[in-house]
This record gives sequence, structure tokens and C-alpha cells, in this order.
Amino acid sequence: MTMSRPFRIALVATCALVLLYLILPILIIAPMSFSAARYLSFPPPSLSLRWYQEYVGNPAWMQATRVTLTVAVLTVVIATPLGVAAAYAISQSKWRIMRLIHITLLLPLVVPIIITAVGIFFVYAKLGLAATMTGLVLANVMLGLPYVVISVAAGLQSFDATQEMVARSLGMNRLRSFFVVTLPQIKPSVIAGGIFAFISAMDETIVALFISGGQYQPLTKRMFTALRDEIDPTIAAISTLMTAVSFMLVLVATSRSKKGA
Amino acid sequence: MLALAMPALLVMLLLVVLPVGWLTWQSVYHNGFTLENYRRIWSEAIYWRSFALTFEISLLVTLLALLLGYPIAYAASVAPRRWSIIILALVVLPFWTSVLVRAYAWLALLQRTGVINQVLREIGVIDEPLALVHNSFGTVVATLHILLPFMVLPLYATMQQIPRDLMQAGASLGAGPMLTFWRIFLPLSLPGVLAGCTLVFVLTLGFYITPELLGGGRTIMISMLVSRNVELYDQWGAASAVGVVLLVAVGLIFFAVSRFIPLDRVLGQK
Repeated sequence: MTMSRPFRIALVATCALVLLYLILPILIIAPMSFSAARYLSFPPPSLSLRWYQEYVGNPAWMQATRVTLTVAVLTVVIATPLGVAAAYAISQSKWRIMRLIHITLLLPLVVPIIITAVGIFFVYAKLGLAATMTGLVLANVMLGLPYVVISVAAGLQSFDATQEMVARSLGMNRLRSFFVVTLPQIKPSVIAGGIFAFISAMDETIVALFISGGQYQPLTKRMFTALRDEIDPTIAAISTLMTAVSFMLVLVATSRSKKGA
Repeated sequence: MLALAMPALLVMLLLVVLPVGWLTWQSVYHNGFTLENYRRIWSEAIYWRSFALTFEISLLVTLLALLLGYPIAYAASVAPRRWSIIILALVVLPFWTSVLVRAYAWLALLQRTGVINQVLREIGVIDEPLALVHNSFGTVVATLHILLPFMVLPLYATMQQIPRDLMQAGASLGAGPMLTFWRIFLPLSLPGVLAGCTLVFVLTLGFYITPELLGGGRTIMISMLVSRNVELYDQWGAASAVGVVLLVAVGLIFFAVSRFIPLDRVLGQK
């Protein structure tokens, strides 16, 4: 499209500023975490690993890290097969009720999270699931499921279902034909869905604020509580690590799904 | 086939439908049917003020997101492929950083001794540090930052589908670039504008982390009314009623928008 020169300059300048706004917070966290100073100053007066040592040396942070990793791994292990099964059922069935089920599975993206969190808190209080590992994992499975369903449903859409029919006509049963023919071809979208569920569980804060407690508090809950009181640079170190893990996982997820498509 | 979807469906029924149902029930039932909780929301100023403030902030964040997001999406849709990939990657990058981490970064950037105040003092623009955080300003800056990708992505998806020959046709008929943009491109991008605005507005209505951490206790949004009633005052009924009002508002907005564009188009572009 033709654009006048001043218009093009204005557009480029606007974009540069907005993009700077978008990435500034991410750019600033890592340098802060390597600063030797107690108070934030930019650029840091001198570099050190002080805040990382503080993080690793603190039993409360370490316990929270174990909780977060356990919850995230269990969430992936449970949400991925459930999501794949549901997405497969949705893609195969023409029933109207499946559309309703599909929408229900995406509900966590629509209902404001604060409402879900408080509602779960009420239900857990009755069921005795508050401040338990089981409760925390279940809630994160619910929050991660939509990502698996969306990702796998998209993968199944580009997959040719007649291949599975061919396998079945050659005598394979339905289960085997799914594992031998379909699953290998939608593997990238399954992996991507699982990775997004992992990141969702790792970053989840609001539900954990209400339902987690005692020794089963994830990192994000401890970070939130610490942030309310004061700005502790240890959080910059933890944030840097969390962001690094997220980015690496997203890189894996996107490169995988490109290969598949 | 139904059996395959059952486990996932059960999770949703147990952890979304049942909790929301419970919340709704609790808002009208306390030793008998009562509308006391709703009467309080209706009559007490603190609730009114919070609802008004939340709508104001949501509107402001939506408008700013449109203002900042439209040029970005436009640039990504007209730029050469290599550039549009870079632009989109930078838009999505913050998406995959924890909301909590970004709230923390904004605290560090905006506080009195923070990076922005330091820089402004160094270059002599200000003498006294500005109050950039622990108020509505800080809340808006951080919330906008988190929700901006939700505006850019639907906008970009819509703009990408606008056929380029339409603009060429306009140009060949003698319309200048401004006129072709105004009469052809802009109207065709409106479904994306509606989708993006809906997402950002609805998400801001229920936002919790940024107002709680950057609002300094003065910017009480709806979600904070809910959490305070539960955590500080043990008023589960009141918290539930506020939650129901928020849920109804969100539902009505989605319903209204679905009359213009299909809902899966609004949500599918996440």
C-alpha cells in the first residue's frame, strides 16, 4: 500500500514507542535481579548473584518452588490426556450436545477468574480440600484444560480423519488406530497444549491466593504476599527464572507446532 | 464419544459450574431466602463507587488499548513479512510472562525511587518524584500493558483478511491514501475493533492482581470488593452478590456482542 512519507515516519515512531512499552518490564527484570544493591537503581551499581543466593538459601522459597513444580507437572499429566480425549470426541461427533460441551470446556477463559477462585474457595471449604495439594492440582487442571482443548482441536482440524477410518477398515480397533495413526500426527499440538497448561499452572496466582495455604503454597502466592509488604529484590531473581522457563517452553511449543503444520 | 469427553466435562462441572452455582445460591440464601446482599450493594456508597471506578478504568484501558493497538496491528498487517513477524513476536512476548512478574516490574519502574522517576530527575524534567504508582495511574499503566496483546491480536487477524486489491481499486479511482484508509480499510477492520474492545473491557472488569498491587489500596475495583469481603470481613454472602453482579455484567456484554459477531471469533483469537 502506498503511504505518504510523514505518515510512514509517524507510524514507525508510534510502533517503536508502543513496542518499547510492551517489552520494557521484561527488559528491566533481569538486570535488577543481578544488582548488588538493596534498593532498585538502574543501571545496577555493581553485579552480584546475591538475590539468587537468597532465593536458593531460603527454605520457604524452596518449599514454594517444589509446590509450584509439582503442581505444574501433575497438571500437565492430568490435563493433557483429558483435554486430548475431549478434543477428539468433539471433533468426531456431530451431536449438538458436543457444541455445548465444547463451550463448557472453554468456560475458564470466559468467567472472571476472581469469581471462579472465590467459588472454588467456598466449595473446597465444604469438601475439606482447602490448603491441600489435591485441591490445588484439581483447580489448575481446570484452568489448563482449555489450552489443551484449543490446541488439540486445532490440530485435529487439519488432520485427515479418513486415515483413521482406513486403519480401522484394515482391522485395527478404534483405540489402536488412534494411538498408531492419529496421535503421532497431532503430537505437536498435544505437546503445545501440554506446555501451555504447564505455564498456566506455573503462573497461576489468583485461585492459589484463595485456596492454598500451609506448606502447600505455590511460588506465586508467596511472591504476591511479599510484594504487598515491600519490594524485595529476591522476587526479581525468581521472576527472571520464571520468565526464562516460560520463554524456553514457548520456544519449544512453537517450533514443534511449526514442524507439524 | 460422550464418554471420552466426560472426565474433562466433570472437571468443569465440579470446578466451574458448581462453584459459580454455589456462589449464586449463597448470594440469595442465608437461613432462608434473602435479597439483603443485593440491597446493600444497591444502597451503600462504597459499592457504587467501586462499580463506577471499575467501569471508568475498564473504559479508559479499552480506549487506550485501541489507540495504541490499532497502529501496531496496522503496521504488522502492511509491513513486509519479516517485520510483521518481529512486531507480532514482541507483542506476544509479554503474553508469556507471568502477570505477577509484570506487576512487579511496573512497581519497580514507577515507584518514587523507581527507574522512571530517576531518569526524569537526571535529565532535569522534574525536581520531586512523581506519584506514578499506588493510585489509579499505576493500575491503568500495568493493566493496559497486560491486556494490550488481547487488542492487537484480533485486530491483526481481521486486518490481515482485508483484500489488498480493494485499496488498489480505491487508489485507481483517484482516492488518496488517507481516503482509502478512511473509507475502505477502517470500516472493514471494525469487527476486529469490536472483538478486541470486548475482550479488553471484559477482562479489565474482573482484573485483580494489578489494582491490588499497584492501586495502593485506593483503587478498589470490583474484584477487590469480592476478595476483601471474603478475606477481611468474612462476608461470604456479600462477596457472592458482588460476584454475581460482575458475572451478569460480563454475560450481558458477551451476549450483546454476539449479536454482531460470532462469539468463538471473539474468544478464538486468544
